[in-house]
Amino acid sequence: MSRIPFYLLVGVLMLTGIVMTVYRHVEFDVPWTPGEQREVWEVEAQVNFFANGEPVKVNLALPSHQENFRVLTENTASSGYGLSFLDDDSGRRAQWAIREATGNQQLYYSVQLLVAPDAESPTVQPPSIPQDITWERPFDTAAEGLIGRAHQQSADAFTFARELIQDLSGDRQDENARLLLNRFDRSSLLVRLLNQAGIAAREVDGLMLEDGRRRQALSSWLQVFDDEGDWVILNPATGEQGRPDNLLLWEASGQPVLEVQGGTNSRVSFSMLKHNEPAAVAVRNQLMNNTLLNFSIHSLPLEEQSLFKTILLIPIGALVVVLLRVLVGIKTSGTFMPVLIALAFIQTSLFTGLVGFLLVVAVGLVIRSYLSHLNLLLVARVSAVIITVIAIISLFSVVAYRMGLNAGLTITFFPMIILSWTIERMSILWEEEGPKEVLIQGGGSLLTAVLAYLAMNNPWIRHVTFNFLGIQLILMAFILLLGNYTGYRLLELRRFKPITED
Amino acid sequence: MWASPGRLKAKGIIGMNRRNIRYISRYNSRHLFPLVDDKLKTKLLAKRFGITTPDLIGTVTTQFDVKHIADMVTGHGGFAIKPAKGSGGKGILVIEHQDAEGYVKPSGHRLQREDLERHVSNILSGLYSLGGATDIALVETLISFDEFLAEYTYEGVPDIRVIVFKGYPVMAMMRLSTAASDGKANLHQGAVGVGLDIATGTALRGVQFDRPRMDHPDTGHELASLRIPDWEVLLKLAASCYEMTGLGYLGTDMVLDRNHGPMLLELNARPGLAIQMTNGEGLRPRLDLIEKQPDGANVEARVAFARHHFARRGELQAVS
Repeated sequence: MSRIPFYLLVGVLMLTGIVMTVYRHVEFDVPWTPGEQREVWEVEAQVNFFANGEPVKVNLALPSHQENFRVLTENTASSGYGLSFLDDDSGRRAQWAIREATGNQQLYYSVQLLVAPDAESPTVQPPSIPQDITWERPFDTAAEGLIGRAHQQSADAFTFARELIQDLSGDRQDENARLLLNRFDRSSLLVRLLNQAGIAAREVDGLMLEDGRRRQALSSWLQVFDDEGDWVILNPATGEQGRPDNLLLWEASGQPVLEVQGGTNSRVSFSMLKHNEPAAVAVRNQLMNNTLLNFSIHSLPLEEQSLFKTILLIPIGALVVVLLRVLVGIKTSGTFMPVLIALAFIQTSLFTGLVGFLLVVAVGLVIRSYLSHLNLLLVARVSAVIITVIAIISLFSVVAYRMGLNAGLTITFFPMIILSWTIERMSILWEEEGPKEVLIQGGGSLLTAVLAYLAMNNPWIRHVTFNFLGIQLILMAFILLLGNYTGYRLLELRRFKPITED
Repeated sequence: MWASPGRLKAKGIIGMNRRNIRYISRYNSRHLFPLVDDKLKTKLLAKRFGITTPDLIGTVTTQFDVKHIADMVTGHGGFAIKPAKGSGGKGILVIEHQDAEGYVKPSGHRLQREDLERHVSNILSGLYSLGGATDIALVETLISFDEFLAEYTYEGVPDIRVIVFKGYPVMAMMRLSTAASDGKANLHQGAVGVGLDIATGTALRGVQFDRPRMDHPDTGHELASLRIPDWEVLLKLAASCYEMTGLGYLGTDMVLDRNHGPMLLELNARPGLAIQMTNGEGLRPRLDLIEKQPDGANVEARVAFARHHFARRGELQAVS
């Protein structure tokens, strides 16, 4: 029988697991360790306007995922206003509305942004170039002059835009430039000139992030596209190409940043703060877009997430059991009982858990030895043991609570049915093979449970299993490999020692 | 304290993992397991193949019948109650004789009718069966073992375990019950295991609790003189269990009855590895040799092959 399909399966599982894991790390910036710190910017936009007592509609542009930044969480504060988020081709926007408002109004929007150096901009469609750009006299000749000159001294769309900006600023301003600047705003003039030359471009609004700054305004930037759809950001004042690291594009589709209907004197100002957060928190806060590859537990509601946090640890416990049984040769009472006990230890903490487990099993064994004299059917007897276990647990909880030991209450996390079967098995084992075997198997189970607990409670393992589902496939591959191990168990090296002594 | 894996390998010792993957799952098809996991099935099968087993007094199949157990055993001096699906000797209750005051175990411990009923009831509930499935209880006549064995055993019936691989007897040992094993012939409970030479049926070496042993701990009788009569008959009996069950890696447990000679007690599809300890030798070279043999040899040829190739000289003689 060929083992090739088996190793192929293991290889595929392993590879898929590794690829999924690395992909999560690279693409979504999920860190390898829980302790890693990530830089997070907290930016608050404050919208002010004077309401005239009519229905009010406020429409504010919102930032989205982009190069260098990832949107984590968003909050708004706007008493009495209805709020909805719009997400369409022209970017994300928040829309506040109220039937009637009078006087000074303040609306707040705050966003947490994760600094993610490998985050990439979403692909954007270049804006369409308006066909009917008309200039009044004498601006048409001035514009043509500027375009002609910049065209001469450039090679492509980007260099053309740079030349144009330089022609409009500083020493190189000529008559044509001054004429046009008198009539038009610099940024919109640039867009107009570029469009005239057949180059797609638009004005975008960005925010320079500086720690602890308040009452900041957005600055205007020029986004220029070439024929292939690539684009660059240019500083319209200097012609400098490329975006500074701390530039956050707030509005990137050429729409107005703020629109207010039913109010006057509207303006938006920004304040910002930088702080460091544990990376795990930052990951949790990420607004995930649910693609198939981004298959992640984080897309579930919070309650289910915390459930999965435990469920995803069970394979780790199973791996510990497999390792101890196949490689070491430890005997346990009930194959996966130790994993369940370890899960209970996670809830109770190790010491309370151990004490509680030993107490319940010891008292249970005493009561079970009485039950064995009653000559009962097995199912009835085990059921009686279950009730006994519940009684013991209740009693301990009450006593511990009365004594002020709150830790005693966590004893209720023990899986009672499993405990009852453990007691039943131990009791039979005691009658059949004597207390020594009970100690060996009970001790083996507890040792396995403690090791499984230590593995499952390790912060790094918790982080990795929860954040990388690919790990499950890797675990699967390992367990399959272990199921194929024909070598000696550690304890067999001791067991068979006498043979080698001849 | 510890042996290096290399030395164990050189000795040809096989471990649990290798036994499970390489031999049990390869040579024992799952669907054949019930034949040996259910002692009643084994018994009926053995009858069809003309293999002698202890006489069946009766079976108890329902909790309702439990109270008839006392009636069933009246008139039989000694008897044994066994779970049909028990493993590792679990749940076997041996009663040496009965009188007006109750039932006497080999240890002299006295049981009452209620104790018997509870034991049978436990068996039916599946307490001793693999996986806890409901079970039936077999009541068999007590084996009257050969007198010459009396000084080698304490309270229990000594049995002979032969590992049969693809129909070839590859290794054998005798298990002698002791006070420590409570009259049971289970090595991990403290019975003494004596490795037997496949060629002659003579003792090779003794082991208790995995440590070498020269004499029986309770009777004090030395083990070197142990020699199994009717050895060839016994080997053929063991070897023919391959045809009977179709299991390639099989542990056969046999007893020597005073009147009926070698008898099949039970079969085991997952025989333990302690037999290597009692023989002071690993199974692997023998299993490797058998794997190279073509299929289709008959019982006589297989036994002759094994007796020729696996002959050994005892170490006990050399010492004593």
